[in-house]
Amino acid sequence: MSAVPAMPQAESSTAGHPSSGDGARGLLRFLTCGSVDDGKSTLIGRLLYETSAVYDDQLTALADDSRRVGTTGGDIDFALLVDGLEAEREQGITIDVAYRYFSTARRSFIVADTPGHEQYTRNMATGASNADLAILLIDARKGLLTQTRRHSVIVSLLGIRHVVLAINKIDLVGFDEKRFNDIVADYRVFAEKLGFLGIEAIPLSARFGDNISTPSISTPWYKGPTLLGHLETIDVREAGDDGPFRFPVQCVNRPNLDFRGFSGTVAGGRVRVGDAVVAAGSGKTSQVARIVTFDGDRPEARSGDAVTLVLEDEIDAPRGEVFAATKHRPIVATRLAARLVWMADEMLVPGRSYNLKIGTRVVPATVRAIRHYLDVETLAEVPVVSLGLNAIGLVEIETLVPVAFDPYAENNQTGAFILIDRFNNATVAAGMVAQPLGATNVYRHGFDVDRAARAAIKHQRPLVLWFTGLPGSGKSTIANLVEAKLNALGRHTMTLDGDSLRQGLNADLGFDPPSRTENIRRVGEVARLMTEAGLVVLCAFVSPFRADRDRLRERFAPDEFVEIFVDAPPDLCAERDPKGLYAQAKEGKIAAFTGIGQEYEPPLKPDLHLDASLPDPEALANQVVEKVETLLLGAELSAETSAGL
Amino acid sequence: MLSTEPHSGEIPSTAPASAKAGSGRLSPHLAWLEAQSIHIIREVAAEFRKPVMLYSIGKDSAVMLHLARKAFFPSKPPFPLLHVDTTWKFREMIAFRDAMAAHYDWELLVHVNEEGLRRGVSPFASGSAVHTQVMKTEALKQALDAGGFDAAFGGARRDEEKSRAKERVFSHRTASHAWDPRNQRPELWHLYNTQIAKGESMRVFPLSNWTERDVWHYIAAENIPVVPLYFAAERPVVERDGALIMVDDERFPLRPGEQPQLRTVRFRTLGCYPLTGAIPSQAQTLEDVIAELDSSSVSERQGRVIDHDGGASMERKKREGYF
Repeated sequence: MSAVPAMPQAESSTAGHPSSGDGARGLLRFLTCGSVDDGKSTLIGRLLYETSAVYDDQLTALADDSRRVGTTGGDIDFALLVDGLEAEREQGITIDVAYRYFSTARRSFIVADTPGHEQYTRNMATGASNADLAILLIDARKGLLTQTRRHSVIVSLLGIRHVVLAINKIDLVGFDEKRFNDIVADYRVFAEKLGFLGIEAIPLSARFGDNISTPSISTPWYKGPTLLGHLETIDVREAGDDGPFRFPVQCVNRPNLDFRGFSGTVAGGRVRVGDAVVAAGSGKTSQVARIVTFDGDRPEARSGDAVTLVLEDEIDAPRGEVFAATKHRPIVATRLAARLVWMADEMLVPGRSYNLKIGTRVVPATVRAIRHYLDVETLAEVPVVSLGLNAIGLVEIETLVPVAFDPYAENNQTGAFILIDRFNNATVAAGMVAQPLGATNVYRHGFDVDRAARAAIKHQRPLVLWFTGLPGSGKSTIANLVEAKLNALGRHTMTLDGDSLRQGLNADLGFDPPSRTENIRRVGEVARLMTEAGLVVLCAFVSPFRADRDRLRERFAPDEFVEIFVDAPPDLCAERDPKGLYAQAKEGKIAAFTGIGQEYEPPLKPDLHLDASLPDPEALANQVVEKVETLLLGAELSAETSAGL
Repeated sequence: MLSTEPHSGEIPSTAPASAKAGSGRLSPHLAWLEAQSIHIIREVAAEFRKPVMLYSIGKDSAVMLHLARKAFFPSKPPFPLLHVDTTWKFREMIAFRDAMAAHYDWELLVHVNEEGLRRGVSPFASGSAVHTQVMKTEALKQALDAGGFDAAFGGARRDEEKSRAKERVFSHRTASHAWDPRNQRPELWHLYNTQIAKGESMRVFPLSNWTERDVWHYIAAENIPVVPLYFAAERPVVERDGALIMVDDERFPLRPGEQPQLRTVRFRTLGCYPLTGAIPSQAQTLEDVIAELDSSSVSERQGRVIDHDGGASMERKKREGYF
């Protein structure tokens, strides 16, 4: 796991500059987490102030703000230095991730300031994804809170191995050593399972500056470092930092016919000129001929370096391909188990398709199953069927085409991904690969060729067009025209209609309400099998009961079932009466005929509402085709994006 | 009005070279920042249909252009430069801009809000707020719409100002260029979500994690040319409301009794000359500038008149589409 990317040479060329912050330790990125009133913003403000990162004009503005909206009664309120946006200043809370910068003679720092209240887990995960260390704030008066546990678990899940337990407001408990020791002991018991390499506990007062950069005279019993002293000296690099070579291709660099390079950032390990590398996706191998940069060729590139590789052989490697060490290749698979932090208001429900971005690759992917939800307070693993906003769970994911990855625990770059909503483009989840689901998995066989694969070779995605309406409203006429038009457009379709099914599969069913319900259920299951085959299925059924249609919809993915209401007034339908059924019903020859003797329940929110009172089925069919092509085209565009170019 | 500027002349002699400048060896921290910025710039080129790089001619832009050249070497950056010209920039900035574009042989688009010009909008006639709104914010939207750009690079840094600290590296804008600080996409690891709907766009800030000190140390290490206004020289200034304003051309309306004084000054940030305060300084070289910065006790934006329009004025401007 790479904490601080290894950097080439030049350790202290600027040493001696008091604020250049380029000492031997390089950069430290950390995040701060705590509950609303733990004094987190005050601590960051204090750190900025004590490292001279606050200028006089900012201090003047701060003093001014403190008098106006401060909560410290006239004293300077350091929290106001960092609470940036208008809305949160008014509410007195931080609502987002904010990044702050300061440096000392020994080191440069980037602070991710993340909020404490529980509905913002996503922001904490965001801050933690780019941090090497976490400061957990604890109010000395309150001790360990649910929030502290929750934050610790998230920090641990994101792979952070170093934490500082900042026990703040120590002045408010009379600088009590026993209180401090009790909290630390509690925490160590709790954190045993979280895999931290180091836990440094420091008694602080952010408001008054105790143990921030100078040892406090009020805590003579505390012999450890000050907060700043600890941050300046801690080594967060790990022995396994270098790992096997990984290089996701960002773009192919081809200024002319004589030069063909692959540009990208090394995402693990190192590479030297002459090294054998493999394109993980295609399996093609070559050797590194040159490592090109603007500043001249280099003999070697390491994790974090942005370079351009030129290979000995001409092999094809588009954006999204991953070059790797031939002897330590990444996993290439379509199925994987991963931890997800769900970040959208809309629930995660298995079966829906998203775009998955891993490295420089974007591919359509489906969450196949949720194995469990992780209760971050008790660490219990609870079986669930959906994940809500800020929930963390272990899920099974399947990608449309094979992708290269490593377990997150082995490489936090090639093992991390995000899920993107294909319709509103929101980032809905952060994912960390746990392991591949490979040949040993019992489900493997069933997934070899699946609905996505079957639909993909037809260049479409499966859809069910469900036409509902009174007998004689024009459902079959319109469905027939729609299928002809789709067929002409090269779509693979199938039509199911009541008459043909009732002569075979449903020959045992009558027209009483339970039989009608069973009729619709069977039609739905047949349609579902056909969507498994990748088809666009047209179904023209009176289907008078709303509950039956709603149940049908639940059997399909949210964007797969298209309910089309063919709406014509009963009088008109009776007048059209293409099969002479209205006439027979009126004569009493047909019992329970919909519209006469049995009610029709119109859809409340159909996906498409056709006004079938107009005698123009051609125009109505065009409306349906337009809707279908929009849906299919949307899917094609996403698939194109996912191809990487 | 979008026009491609004709190439003109040689690059002006700018940064008085110092003994240590251009040594080429970056500290680990600067090397990390450089690599991260290059990664971001490449992501944009790979994933967007038509990107453009905003060129404000200042020191941050200078670094951004340099990084873009590094990102695609030996190819040239696959996007043009765009300068939104308020017509009130320092004359030296405009000369420098044209010389840089010619020197790098880089396509430069210049846009002026002609409508604003016709209405007579200027910092003196309209005040800084209206001038900035019309000649910068509105002009920028016009230029982005006219060019059909779906991604625009900006040189803004998070350490400049509080509301910037929370903006993403990839910052989503609606079709009307609005920014919604409450509805930003989470940005994890180095995985940037670049998907947008038709008509929407992305503002991208490759220097997000750089500080003012990082920028100057990098300019020194890489020997990057910057506008000479950053270095101390005798310049004609008047003192107004506590700020030293340079009288850059004859449009400057002197008040009764006001007389430009020749003083040795330099600029810490650059913008429209009537809105940019100079600082008294003897810093004539990059090393002097860095030394002065290390001992400075005021922030760089202190010289910017537009930032003082109210406590949260930057956030408001950004929501309206300002960079």
